Amino acid sequence: MSGPDAAYAAFLAEGRLRLQRCEGCKRHIFYPRVLCPHCGSDSLNWVDASGRGTVYATTVVRKRPEEGGGHNLCLIDLEEGVRMASRVEGIAPEEVAIGMAVTARIAQQGEDAIVVFDLS
Amino acid sequence: MSGDLRGKAAAVGIGLAGIGAAPGFSHLDLTGQAVKIALDDAGLKLSDVDGLFASNLQNVFAPLNVGEYLGIRPKVTEGTQIGGSSPVAHLLWAALALEAGLCDVALVCYGSNQRSAAGRLLSPSTAEPLIYEQPYGPRYPISSYALATSRHMYEYGTTREQLAAIAVAARGWAAMNPVAFMRDPLTVEDVLAARMVCDPLTVRDCCLVTDGAGAVVMTRADRARDLKADPVYLLGCGHAHWHRQISQMPDLTTSAAVDSGKRAYAMARMGPDDIDVLELYDAFTITTLMFLEDLGFCPKGEGGPFVEDGRIAPGGSLPVNTNGGGLSCVHPGMYGIFTVIEAIEQLRGSAGERQVSGAQTAISHGNGGHFSSEVTAIWGTAATL
Ligand SMILES: [Zn+2]
Repeated sequence: MSGPDAAYAAFLAEGRLRLQRCEGCKRHIFYPRVLCPHCGSDSLNWVDASGRGTVYATTVVRKRPEEGGGHNLCLIDLEEGVRMASRVEGIAPEEVAIGMAVTARIAQQGEDAIVVFDLS
Repeated sequence: MSGDLRGKAAAVGIGLAGIGAAPGFSHLDLTGQAVKIALDDAGLKLSDVDGLFASNLQNVFAPLNVGEYLGIRPKVTEGTQIGGSSPVAHLLWAALALEAGLCDVALVCYGSNQRSAAGRLLSPSTAEPLIYEQPYGPRYPISSYALATSRHMYEYGTTREQLAAIAVAARGWAAMNPVAFMRDPLTVEDVLAARMVCDPLTVRDCCLVTDGAGAVVMTRADRARDLKADPVYLLGCGHAHWHRQISQMPDLTTSAAVDSGKRAYAMARMGPDDIDVLELYDAFTITTLMFLEDLGFCPKGEGGPFVEDGRIAPGGSLPVNTNGGGLSCVHPGMYGIFTVIEAIEQLRGSAGERQVSGAQTAISHGNGGHFSSEVTAIWGTAATL
């Protein structure tokens, strides 16, 4: 048995983006928990996420040119109704715009599998 | 019921210390200096203090370090850490403890040597990584407020120029405050041309990094009338928090200040039209703008046009952040206590060149985390009781 954080990470390591869905109120939740923050139910099941999302907010975290010049940081609203912090790759960080349709991809960052997004 | 605390407690002493840069002094030294000034102001002694409401970013058990340093043995202790709003939040518990007779003299204090001790604060972002945000390289707390700014601009057409007007207004007030850290002239163009930190926020959209400490002494209203200074009464105080990390904030254009404000107004039996002076936690230009909206001074989304023509600057119709704020006066890690002290200065009529003529009521609004915890306090003179 593992807790919800470890379960989520293990799914990512297998190349799957999965979210918890509440049996009580039928809503998806993120980040992973042991109970639903909407209704309090502890009946949560893992389901595959569509990976389809929209940029909700975005910024460029600026750094000196010798440190890479800056990277995108954004919030993505997934089709399932949850929001996650991430980054959009494949375009310049300042080109990322609110409302863009994006698709999740699992990327390796150091020892961790993390979710990043590409333009759809 | 929520009106029961209205006017029951009063601020009777205030102290500031180390505003700006105070090299060579620890955060506890600065706190001690502010406490001494506040107690002298009230005509009270350290031995009179039996309620301690202390916070800082340098001690995990902050009230214990502060109490030990001051050599006091409080009967009531509070130190809940909810970010920069904490000292404003402590006002409510101080008023409640005073009213309940659990203590007779409450000391609310905060101190930091963030500027001089660069890098030696307990940083929430390293002490407690937010594991679902950290992999994407946030620069806390700036990147969180930048995200909120991006959304406000997208939904309401708020412009960088309008945000810059908030920084310019704060600098205008700071120019009239002898202790403010940055007092040289600032223009909208200067703000826009400053170094970009997290788009669309430049370094001039962001608060200062300074040293500084503040202390406020409170007693029950009946005793306050017999002390040295003119009492300033706590008419209302409301708390609210909805999230911790920005990715969990339900709507990045509306903060929990809508709730803390409602609660404070209800207790004070007042509304925005009754408030003469606003001290709004301005960690970033976007915070001032959103609190003007969320506390009801303009409709949601209209904060940009509301501030762009100097309305909140000296000479404008709504005095906001009259000490120069976190943007231009002082911001030593947590700014909340300074919203309180400036509100009291204004209601005492002791704010010198920047005094708002005839001010009878003021708001101190504290913000903590990433638009996470919001606390609104409303103050009034004896005439408002
Ligand atoms: Zn549920």
